[in-house]
Amino acid sequence: MDAAKMKRIYLYSRFERIWHWLQAFLIISLIVTGLEIHGAYTLFGYEDAVEIHNFMGLTWGVLFVFIVFWVLTTGEWRQYVPTTKKLFAVMWYYSFGIFMGKPHPVQKSPGAKHNPLQRLTYLGLVTTMLPVQMAAGLLYYTYNQWPQWGLDRFLTLGGVAVVHTVLAFLLIAFLIIHVYMTTTGHTIFAHIRSMITGWEEVFETTEVYDWETTGKKKARS
Amino acid sequence: MFRFIFERLSGKRCLCLTACLAASGLLLLSTAAAPAAAAEEKAPGRQLADQATKQRHFWNTVDHSKLKALQQVFTSGDQITRACLSCHTKADQQLKKTFHWTWTDPNSPPNDRKGKAQYSVNNFCLSSNAMHDHHCSECHIGWAGKGKAAAIDCLRCHGQKKFNFEEAFGDYEAFSTSSDPDDKEMAKEAQAEIQEAAQAVGRPTRRNCGSCHFSGGGGDGVKHGDLDSSMTTPHKSLDVHMGIDGQNFQCVRCHTTINHNVAGRFYATPAAKNRKSLIENDLSPKIMCESCHSAKPHKAGSKMNDHTDKVACQTCHIPTVARVLPVQMWWDWSQAGKMKNGKPYEVKGPYDRPTYVSTKGDTRWAKNVRPEYYWYSGSLSGPTLKDSIDPTKIIRLAWPVGNRGNHNARIFPFHVHRGKQPYDIERSKLLAPLLSGEHGYWTTFNWQDAIARGQKYLDLPFSGKYGFVKTEYVFPSTHMVAPKDQALACSECHTRPHSRLANLTGFYMPGRDRIKAVDTGGWLLVLGCLAAVLLHGFGRFIFKKNGGKK
Repeated sequence: MDAAKMKRIYLYSRFERIWHWLQAFLIISLIVTGLEIHGAYTLFGYEDAVEIHNFMGLTWGVLFVFIVFWVLTTGEWRQYVPTTKKLFAVMWYYSFGIFMGKPHPVQKSPGAKHNPLQRLTYLGLVTTMLPVQMAAGLLYYTYNQWPQWGLDRFLTLGGVAVVHTVLAFLLIAFLIIHVYMTTTGHTIFAHIRSMITGWEEVFETTEVYDWETTGKKKARS
Repeated sequence: MFRFIFERLSGKRCLCLTACLAASGLLLLSTAAAPAAAAEEKAPGRQLADQATKQRHFWNTVDHSKLKALQQVFTSGDQITRACLSCHTKADQQLKKTFHWTWTDPNSPPNDRKGKAQYSVNNFCLSSNAMHDHHCSECHIGWAGKGKAAAIDCLRCHGQKKFNFEEAFGDYEAFSTSSDPDDKEMAKEAQAEIQEAAQAVGRPTRRNCGSCHFSGGGGDGVKHGDLDSSMTTPHKSLDVHMGIDGQNFQCVRCHTTINHNVAGRFYATPAAKNRKSLIENDLSPKIMCESCHSAKPHKAGSKMNDHTDKVACQTCHIPTVARVLPVQMWWDWSQAGKMKNGKPYEVKGPYDRPTYVSTKGDTRWAKNVRPEYYWYSGSLSGPTLKDSIDPTKIIRLAWPVGNRGNHNARIFPFHVHRGKQPYDIERSKLLAPLLSGEHGYWTTFNWQDAIARGQKYLDLPFSGKYGFVKTEYVFPSTHMVAPKDQALACSECHTRPHSRLANLTGFYMPGRDRIKAVDTGGWLLVLGCLAAVLLHGFGRFIFKKNGGKK
């Protein structure tokens, strides 16, 4: 594929990029401090690890509210509507096609930033894993208020800790796969670059609307 | 919930939160700067305590050296006591009702009374044999170790001069009966010294209380771990409250006294029934940390405040006991009675303390002792000489009462003294041999006879067959509170496998506990993912192909 056949589209708005990288920073620091609190190693020292973890966790909670608000009000929630269309084609591609040099069955476009597999994964993350993880974290954080709120009759700290830990491991697993997948673009760093600049290189064949092109973007700004 | 979170994220933190959203890079900076800013303001618990101790000057209206009653000739301790009572007319009635005099826990069941004067037994000098062991009752606050038969020795607690009255009375008697004018002069001098000592009275100091409590168990630091002669003039680093270079508290500063009743725990009777600060009840004794420091002493939002419902202040603020002088850890009476060339002997060990004494047996000592931790509601329990024991087990002579479900119980530090002591093999009960005096074990080295005599004083039977059983005795560690920078770090407990609280089970503690299956499964998943992406990437490298390329 030569450069002539590629074109650039503005795929990720400024807020999406800030959200993405801030969330990345928060999740990684939560994992690092969380594992320390869990007793895996000593890095910041227990007290500081707890302080940082609490702070990052609450910050993430606030950020999450902004994210959900943005996704709902911009109509971007449509990006997360699950579909089985081409789902198996994508799975086949990552299992075999990628080694054989086949093209990705789903091209990125402003109307569909995520392939069907991503849609499913992100939908699961945003609607289930992250809210449950945050709820478990908040319960953990407010443990001393449980008796006041009558929660101590239904919950044990051990139970909440198990949920929090299981989800933490799942998030680590997601993080590993997610970071690796960014290298599967047309060049190793293509996807990462687009998440930094907002501009994704796509094949010319992809239908692109006027406002997404460089000229239009410049004209708008 | 949100209101709660909001409250915790007061002022500065809330701003930080916004800043973080805008630029996460600032975040690390703000966390680093926070402690420096916080150092300026005092924790509420310190502010309260500072307030409670502001008035430090005691005053009184009596110069005791001017009192006629104290200018008379004293030939015995009883006379001094009578002189005291000629003004303080109700003092003896008050005092004789207190635990310090009765050595009896009034709250113990009438048929199984606890206390040194009763059927209590420890693993030090075992029993006072109903106060017939005179060595043991030397600490009783009557004159000359005669126990309750003697007059109250007011000066034991109130005398401000270190003075040997017994010796002085002896001197005075010897010199005054002589006709030699030199001796007469000596007698006058001796009497002047006696009067001077009798006139030097005041509120009890650490030295007064310590004259008994620092050497309980028959020697300096034998018993408590948090009380020994190093506490007479402690440095602030040893005790932040009593430190002579700090607040210089006397014992009675916290052991508030009403009608000669000194606040404090004895046996099963807790020091205080509730944990109220002086703000909640300004007439409550100041015996609890909470009295002056409140139940939420740390800065607002501090996680430490969340611990105070389950963890006693002492747990974190007394990292170790016996920090200056050693404390006895072990006393094995079964080894007593060995002779060298037919004579009793002593072997000195580390810290200049004995490891063997013929009269007592094997002893072990230690310094900087890490306490053991148990749930504690302020009450200790254990069998008396009347209670049956199971000699196949270690007998817990004094053991903390409490469990996690108990609203009043906290995790509390204890110094635990262990040893071996005699018990009746047939009756399965502990024994109280007579130790001091001409018929005591320390003179005769005859267990059979000493036990028979000791039991007789208590009106208890003895089958004639004795053995030795292992015992444990706890002392709540509550003195030797270290300065705040020496308080325990979180990781002393929130860690595995060497958590200080490793022995306390039945609850989940972050950092200490985990579900093994979750951890194993979790790490396998993480490693599996890593292996999968490595393999996948390696595959792409081998085929030299990438998604986009044709």
